[in-house]
Amino acid sequence: MNSATQKPRTLAEKVWDDHVVVKGENGEPDLIYIDLHLVHEVTSPQAFDGLRVAERPLRRLDLTIATEDHNTPTLNIDRVIADPTSRLQIDTLRRNAEEFGVRIHSLGDKEQGIVHVVGPQLGLTMPGITVVCGDSHTSTHGAFGSMAFGIGTSEVEHVMATQTLPLKPFKTMAINVDGTLRPGVTAKDIILAVIARIGTGGGQGYVLEYRGSAIRALSMDGRMTICNMSIEAGARAGMVAPDQITFDYVEGRDHAPTGQDWEDAVAYWKTLPTDEGAVFDAEIFIDADELEPFVTWGTNPGQGVSLSQPVPGPDDFDDPHEKVAAERALQYMDLVAGTPMKDIRVDAVFMGSCTNSRIEDLRAFASIIKGQRKADGVRVMVVPGSARVRLEAEAEGLDQIIKDFGAEWRFAGCSMCLGMNPDQLAPGERCASTSNRNFEGRQGKGGRTHLVSPLVAAATAIRGTLSSPWDLSIDTAFAPTEEVQA
Amino acid sequence: MDKISSVTGVGVPFRRSNVDTDQIIPAVFLKRVTKTGFDDALFHGWRQDPGFILNQPAYQGARILVAGPDFGTGSSREHAVWALRDFGFDVVLSPRFADIFRGNSGKQGLVAGQVPESDIERIWALLEEEPGREMTVDLESQTVTVGALSIGFDIDAYTRWRLLEGLDDIALTLRNEQAISEFESRRERWRPRTLPVRQSAGAE
Repeated sequence: MNSATQKPRTLAEKVWDDHVVVKGENGEPDLIYIDLHLVHEVTSPQAFDGLRVAERPLRRLDLTIATEDHNTPTLNIDRVIADPTSRLQIDTLRRNAEEFGVRIHSLGDKEQGIVHVVGPQLGLTMPGITVVCGDSHTSTHGAFGSMAFGIGTSEVEHVMATQTLPLKPFKTMAINVDGTLRPGVTAKDIILAVIARIGTGGGQGYVLEYRGSAIRALSMDGRMTICNMSIEAGARAGMVAPDQITFDYVEGRDHAPTGQDWEDAVAYWKTLPTDEGAVFDAEIFIDADELEPFVTWGTNPGQGVSLSQPVPGPDDFDDPHEKVAAERALQYMDLVAGTPMKDIRVDAVFMGSCTNSRIEDLRAFASIIKGQRKADGVRVMVVPGSARVRLEAEAEGLDQIIKDFGAEWRFAGCSMCLGMNPDQLAPGERCASTSNRNFEGRQGKGGRTHLVSPLVAAATAIRGTLSSPWDLSIDTAFAPTEEVQA
Repeated sequence: MDKISSVTGVGVPFRRSNVDTDQIIPAVFLKRVTKTGFDDALFHGWRQDPGFILNQPAYQGARILVAGPDFGTGSSREHAVWALRDFGFDVVLSPRFADIFRGNSGKQGLVAGQVPESDIERIWALLEEEPGREMTVDLESQTVTVGALSIGFDIDAYTRWRLLEGLDDIALTLRNEQAISEFESRRERWRPRTLPVRQSAGAE
């Protein structure tokens, strides 16, 4: 194709175009090739069953990998899983993996962990590829400049059987985040602010591309946090253009390309960023300088405010649905409109999940709590995203800092992000959580969730009320600047 | 998948927006390894409240759920669709669906019809006027009928065709087997492979 005459394209369009197996005509979807299929125990059993019934093989075992994460306990992992239904699901995955020949990393394996932590750390996630998994947080992998999205179980079976998916092209939305984050403000605060801005349905039908100087300045771990929560804005996928930070992260990992393959890959990856003059279907702008630590008050991830704000009430919304939703949320969360967010006392702090359980997240958390003691009566749980992250943290001595603080240091898994394994809130318990969803009952029936960054989780664990590092009297690198205090 | 052309049954005025899939079916019920048996799990949290609409006698045996905007947000769990189907729902109407939920619906014979918010309000009013009232959703003509009210609904043309014909997606795709093989032969060498397992000498 003549590049001089070619229409400028976005990153998402380029990756899409390079995966079209059959172009759909007359309103039919395109058939898209899938480079990497991640599998876990919850959304796969019925898909394997489907293959068996239809007597179909799994087409590309070499593009498929499984791990155990949702059901797995984070304590006593060498014992038989106590819950029989969880055990059955894990056993089913192991049996299916063996029968079909799928590579699997089981509980106790060095590479076991949350599926979205495992892919990147093995060097399987890379720019310019398509990644799917029966899990909505597959959007995480878009941080590398890949097209990555969650699928349902029927689609899991479809990918197993064909290594493709019939898909309608997405619209594109640019999320421009320019400026410099203040110390104490992180990737998590950016994405919570984005979701509060566009709402939980704002991204429906779109692929989001996060752009601008504040995004470029983020590490891969930070970019993954942002792309991870694209789904909370309704977008199936979020992407960041690959750059030197991306290449440096991928290079040398177990499954990263080597030699000439590496050279070819990087040359191609450098062509991926959105062309000058490419048009997005929608665009929003966020000023990074203005952002503060952010926290949710309600029962969907769009119900968030800066930590310095009070709890909003129904009267703060014009939209009738939002008014009703706010009323319901306040009731469920047992909050009164007008209460300063910082006065809200928590029972638990959860540091983990595919949003914030990578090594940098643990380092950030540890940097705040080092030498401190957790607040009385607050239960603090720290759960690394993978067995490898756990080992890495222990090699750096982070586990000791966490234990000295009075927190629990657990084994890898989804843990208290969702009420599927033993790690759950009791009814009525309130939790500051670095996870991604504050839905009713998400962390356990009747549990109340406030979504926060690792830094806010740490400060909250120290004070016992929702807090940011700016509220700590201890001398940290995160002390507020004067203008913030003013 | 069975062919679907028209559904007539009790409609439920479900006045809630942002119904996420954790509400439709909480994670604790996702541990089954089969596709059926999820009817008790549907809206499990909300059903503990005796006043919840699906607990009211008028709505027993309902087939059409008429919901507010942003239905099916959050987790990709197809169990949400299985639970709605197991409970007896054949249709969900909403002004806006989450992408993954809509995709899952089309693959499991659940019609996810998009209706403008103002029309949803009109349907709600009619259903509330006479709880337990029947309504019809016709996929062929893409219309919703409640008494004298008849309005159109949106559904992706390809999904509609597959539902009407009861077609299996995988069989359709495998008609392109040759194109898939040709595509595979062109794939670059640098693209990731999970096998054979490669391992660095030690921890990083």
